[in-house]
Amino acid sequence: MTDGTGMTGGTGMTGGTGMTGGTGMTGVTGVTGVFAADAALLGFARALRAAGVDASAERVHAFLCAVDVLRPGLRADVYWAGRLTLCGDRDDLERYERVFAACFGGGERVSRTVPTPPPPRLRLVVSGGTGTSASAEPKAPPTASLASTAEVLRHRDVADLDAAQREQVRRLLAAFALRGETRRSARRSPARRGEVDPHRTVRELLRRGGEPARLRRHARAERPRRVVLLVDVSGSMAPYADALLRFTHAAAHTRGTEVFTIGTRLTRVTRQMSHRDPDLAMAAVAAAVPDWRGGTRLGELLRAFLDRWGQRGMARGAIVVVLSDGWERGDPELLAAQMRRLHRLAHRVIWANPRKARPGYAPLAAGMAAALPSVDAFVEGHSLAALERLAAVVRGAVDA
Amino acid sequence: MDGPEQVRDRLEATGYLVDDGLAVACFLALRLGRPLFCEGDAGVGKTALASALAEALDAPLIRLQCHEGIDASQALYDWDFPRQLLHLRAAEAAGVTDSDLLEGQLYDRRFLVARPLLRALETQPSVLLVDEIDRADDEFEAFLLELLSEYSVTIPELGTLRAEVPPVVVLTSNRTREVHDALKRRCLYHWFDHPGFARELAIVRRRLPQVSARLAEQVTALVQALRAQDLLKPPGVAETIDWAEALDTLGASEVDAELAVATLGSVLKYREDAERARGLDFAAVLATRGA
Repeated sequence: MTDGTGMTGGTGMTGGTGMTGGTGMTGVTGVTGVFAADAALLGFARALRAAGVDASAERVHAFLCAVDVLRPGLRADVYWAGRLTLCGDRDDLERYERVFAACFGGGERVSRTVPTPPPPRLRLVVSGGTGTSASAEPKAPPTASLASTAEVLRHRDVADLDAAQREQVRRLLAAFALRGETRRSARRSPARRGEVDPHRTVRELLRRGGEPARLRRHARAERPRRVVLLVDVSGSMAPYADALLRFTHAAAHTRGTEVFTIGTRLTRVTRQMSHRDPDLAMAAVAAAVPDWRGGTRLGELLRAFLDRWGQRGMARGAIVVVLSDGWERGDPELLAAQMRRLHRLAHRVIWANPRKARPGYAPLAAGMAAALPSVDAFVEGHSLAALERLAAVVRGAVDA
Repeated sequence: MDGPEQVRDRLEATGYLVDDGLAVACFLALRLGRPLFCEGDAGVGKTALASALAEALDAPLIRLQCHEGIDASQALYDWDFPRQLLHLRAAEAAGVTDSDLLEGQLYDRRFLVARPLLRALETQPSVLLVDEIDRADDEFEAFLLELLSEYSVTIPELGTLRAEVPPVVVLTSNRTREVHDALKRRCLYHWFDHPGFARELAIVRRRLPQVSARLAEQVTALVQALRAQDLLKPPGVAETIDWAEALDTLGASEVDAELAVATLGSVLKYREDAERARGLDFAAVLATRGA
């Protein structure tokens, strides 16, 4: 693993500069040479990158500058210099803690001799053998009659497709731009009719040396609403996860779209989704999401989303799309309460359920039944056509 | 300032208590001239840090409150059109015929209205607080990024204005939206946690010296216990101070469970939270700190 090489590089260098291992508060870098010290810091940055922190060259430069003006021998100073310059998000902090302990000794908390386990690298594979995942779950996905492209997407690992098929699928998925319906923003833009725009009118007056000129007008600009996607990646959704995430990837290229995965825990994958290349994005998402195929605790995760993001404003006035089959392992009452809360915050709540297309489907699963009263639109999500319709519903073009 | 310790001392002299991380963050922000990007729950002291820094550096605090749709004319500068017109009319009445001269006068510095960002560049030294950057649009972020990397601004009619001493910049975000990485990369990133009991108590004592020691201790203990509950909006330090102040205003020098429940409104701002908090055994929390 790359983490491994990075870490040994780091510790090796510090060892070479005469540091006695294990003593938490002694020097991180010795006095032997500046180069060796810098190498240790660079090794640390490399290990951090391997652990998934976006420690770019610019950040590393800032790190070295920061260490320079602090007391480089002091462990705490190096710790804070790195944390302030190399991290850019709260989610980075936990990884930082872990890698720092591994590279520079753990102080009180982590013993230096205990190697940290590498982060689980689960691959996102909706393999040809759908049976394996389906066998773990009593409810197998419906194999209804669907468009052939959707079939391809649904049942086969996209990596196995030939070039032409892959291109076809990509083209189809790339067509989804998930723009929320518009709302009036606080910003005004020039318009033919509307209120008088004093700035532009006076500017025009000035241009004419103070002679009266035509009144310029402006009107409130329209902006698309924020779209928040919550994608269920738990076991029961395994046959759909890849297709839905690829759909999400295409959709997430609209600015302001936020993506989370829900399974056994909530993971924000907006940043991973920002890779333009779908395959790179999928690999990044697969690395970031720890809980493929677990059970679903929708209520708890929805609460986590609302507590950490939604309530602060992300869900406020937004269009929230839940892509899930509504299988709830936890308390349906909690889910119902959280859905009510979400409904109060969001402009619209849309639930896309891949199992809805199944003949004779009724939302009897405890979770789904609990959530429905707080859902504005309940749509299908099993095929390209259904996703197309979902996009239209999000846009506000179709009533569901 | 020579080191984080000195920064800490100076900030503490203003009544703002900092932990190790924040002391290093402020020191680096000052020494490296980098903006400090502050994230954390509401009420943990992000905005207060900017005013404390301003006081510690004896520099004016210039505040830019971000909102949706904020643009350069609200944040940077604008021309004072009415005064320009007036000048034009006056010149006309006086019979000025030199149009080049007149135009030159029209775009003089005195007709420029400096908004917070330009004021911060012109005032040296100064502390610039860009509050709640996550509320602005991403176009504004890009604009801010440009300004913060050069500490200069080009006004077409006047030329480029550059700050000789860049202002100390504090940005705050409540994480309602992902702030662009390019902007964050320019900054030092600091996450504000809720303080532990001892530090929070020290902050309350420092901010409200008139409140009795016992009351401060009890209120701090209660807030720490409330934070451990599963609340929609866990109270911040600001709420702790509010609560202690409210109780002090009521004339209490110590608090019992009944009074605590009665004044819960100064700490918890959601009905659901208030309900959940009733499950907390106030008497027990107070008893552990009662000695």
